[in-house]
Amino acid sequence: MSELSHEPVLQPFPDAEWDEAAGAIIAPLGQALALAEWLRDDDAFLLDYCSNVTGVDYLEREVKEKVTKEDGAVETVTRTEPSRMDVVYHLYSMQKQTGPLVLKQRTNREKPEVESLTPVWRSCELQEREVFDLFGVNFMGHPDQRRILMWDEFEGHPMRKDYTEPFDYEWEPTPHDEILDKHQRGKVIV
Amino acid sequence: MSLLGSGIFKGMAVTLRNFVGSFFYRDRLTTNDYSWRPSDNLPQRAGEYPKEEGEQLRDTTTVTNYSRNFPMLLHDSGEPMDTIRCVACQICERECPPQCIYIEKSTEKKENAGGKPQFYPATFDIDVSVCMSCQICVEVCPFDAIVMNSQFELSTPDRFGGLLLRRDDLLKSNGYYHKIHPEEAAARDKRIAEEKAAKEAKKKAAAEAAKKMAEEKAKADAEANEGTPDMQEDAE
Amino acid sequence: MGPHHPSTHGVFRMDVKLDGETVVDLQPVFGYLHRNHEKLAEDMSYLASMPFTDRLDYFNSMSNNWAYALAAEKLVEIEIPERAEYLRVIMAELTRLVNHVSLVGFFINDLGALGTPLLYAFREREKILDLFEQASGARMMCNYFRFGGLRNDVPEGWLDRAREVVDRFPDFLDEYEKLLCENEIILSRTQGVGCLSRDLAISAGITGPMLRASGVNYDIRKVDKYGIYDRFQFRVPYSDGDVGDCYDRFRVRMLEMRESIGILKQALDGIGDGPVLGDAPKVFKPKPAEVYGRVEAPKGELGFYLIADGTPKPYRYRVRPPSLINLTVLRDMCLGQKVADAVIILGSIDIVLGEVDR
Repeated sequence: MSELSHEPVLQPFPDAEWDEAAGAIIAPLGQALALAEWLRDDDAFLLDYCSNVTGVDYLEREVKEKVTKEDGAVETVTRTEPSRMDVVYHLYSMQKQTGPLVLKQRTNREKPEVESLTPVWRSCELQEREVFDLFGVNFMGHPDQRRILMWDEFEGHPMRKDYTEPFDYEWEPTPHDEILDKHQRGKVIV
Repeated sequence: MSLLGSGIFKGMAVTLRNFVGSFFYRDRLTTNDYSWRPSDNLPQRAGEYPKEEGEQLRDTTTVTNYSRNFPMLLHDSGEPMDTIRCVACQICERECPPQCIYIEKSTEKKENAGGKPQFYPATFDIDVSVCMSCQICVEVCPFDAIVMNSQFELSTPDRFGGLLLRRDDLLKSNGYYHKIHPEEAAARDKRIAEEKAAKEAKKKAAAEAAKKMAEEKAKADAEANEGTPDMQEDAE
Repeated sequence: MGPHHPSTHGVFRMDVKLDGETVVDLQPVFGYLHRNHEKLAEDMSYLASMPFTDRLDYFNSMSNNWAYALAAEKLVEIEIPERAEYLRVIMAELTRLVNHVSLVGFFINDLGALGTPLLYAFREREKILDLFEQASGARMMCNYFRFGGLRNDVPEGWLDRAREVVDRFPDFLDEYEKLLCENEIILSRTQGVGCLSRDLAISAGITGPMLRASGVNYDIRKVDKYGIYDRFQFRVPYSDGDVGDCYDRFRVRMLEMRESIGILKQALDGIGDGPVLGDAPKVFKPKPAEVYGRVEAPKGELGFYLIADGTPKPYRYRVRPPSLINLTVLRDMCLGQKVADAVIILGSIDIVLGEVDR
């Protein structure tokens, strides 16, 4: 949730969207780097500290919404929200000590590609590597994009919602396997 | 211009003070004596665990009245299976973060020492190699049936079955609980007694209110009966 | 420089390319402790993740708990009782003392003073860990904070014992400073080593004592004023110049310990009676929202980014690890230094692998 007002952003970048539910600015395609530089250098914002970079994976899902029609009737509409992947940046200003502004870059799930903001904020370097490692998002312009937490020959991207673990455990008959089976059969719900 | 190396000498003076002081003041001692009497008859497999291990606790200087280790099932005084508090509701199994509890409910109710029939756990296994003593099972139990023990000397050479504590290993009496965690046990007993008293008071108040309502209804009926014969004749 | 260290920073590897004894290139390699905590949390309820937050930065479990509780409490409107707020501050500042004193010990251990200052620090740490054990039941993995307050109240006499520990800490700090701060070996080995300029520190997202040693006055306790920190008078020690070397970080931590003692004394004086757990809903099922909650953990800014979607489990749970982000500049600081200095610089960054790898 951003605590800074997003209105000034819309003037130089009219294509940027404002996501009300999440309280975030969605960067327009191809202009993310320019927007980031502007946010860092503009006097109103001076957002020189990028605190958190993370990825979120959304599969295709159905969303029920209550829509109020013109005659006052409330109808529940189901629409399909397409799948996407977000990269979320939380930006703060150390000079002005002001609160967060949330910036998001949206991309699709089949071939996720966004612009890397490492040239603007150095703190994105390791965190974007982590998003690449765990989600598979390709950051264009990143100086050193390779896996960071998993080993280099690992295949797959663990944090995706449709990731299934490979069945290659070294099996040992510990009593916990009983419990694990019961959990997988759906009897134990958390 | 101070002597080069004077900082080092000052530091060495501090070290010397600590070294000499450690012989006289316990405060300055950096290492503690983990004094415990190893017992020759350590359990070899599940089912052999000593019933109530007050002795194990008192031997060590590192375990206090407040520390928590693995869980235990409580029973009130009497035969363990007659006074067991657990009714196998399986809430702790659901809430356990590492999923280390395995419960099988009994198929039929059995009368406990208080005369009420209750379910009981036919199987209640805790995998001690997975349990992280987070205490969430204690928090969510609605019957105060599972509390934390302080027993950590559970090492056994049996790798596969030895670290699975079964229901009979876990059952300990409320008296033992008072011995190892006196403050917590006293607070828990007080809370149970207060809740029981509140429930009884509410039941009594509800019974009195029902009685009063019944009396008033009877009175109203009696009055109505006196008044209706004229109305009935009119209706007919 | 392999995953095993004499200074037990954790399983962390640095691939160092040397020219004689000078470092020409350095690549940090980690991931040995990666448990994918973020994905596990998507499968468990909000409360069940709380014991796992203890294990992120395993030295400071109380601060981790507070960061998570703060983030989750932003999702739901819960009123936190006064006594719980005071106790939270007391626990967090005791954790800060524990962390800084052990860190200075480990740092000096890296320099070669094998054990003496470290064990003196651990002696004091034991007293504070005893306090934690009496309050929550466990020394390190406390699992003490809940959404809306704390799990249980501290036992009888705990506040007096805490006051005793806090009153005797400044004497220990005086002795510790006498042992270390004028030592010529420490001065010559840490001054000018691992310099971090102000602009690089801000751009690289460094937070915590490392940032303040580089000359930036930014402390989340003063900026965000979470909890009841606005009621306490304390100063934020930061360095005057732009050097930001290991010696600066060492001194900033020593000064922060003194400030923490001041906060503790004020909190112990001001604490009142009352409940410690507010009215939290029985099943924690927040409405769909996104929130980012952060605290000033002893290592830096620890933040939790939670996306809730109306079910009892979080949709996305992200930990912003200060140790990982502080490692961004490890390479920059070590280039041109000697191999032995690389170890000291790593020690002064203060990393804990549980947090770096999650």
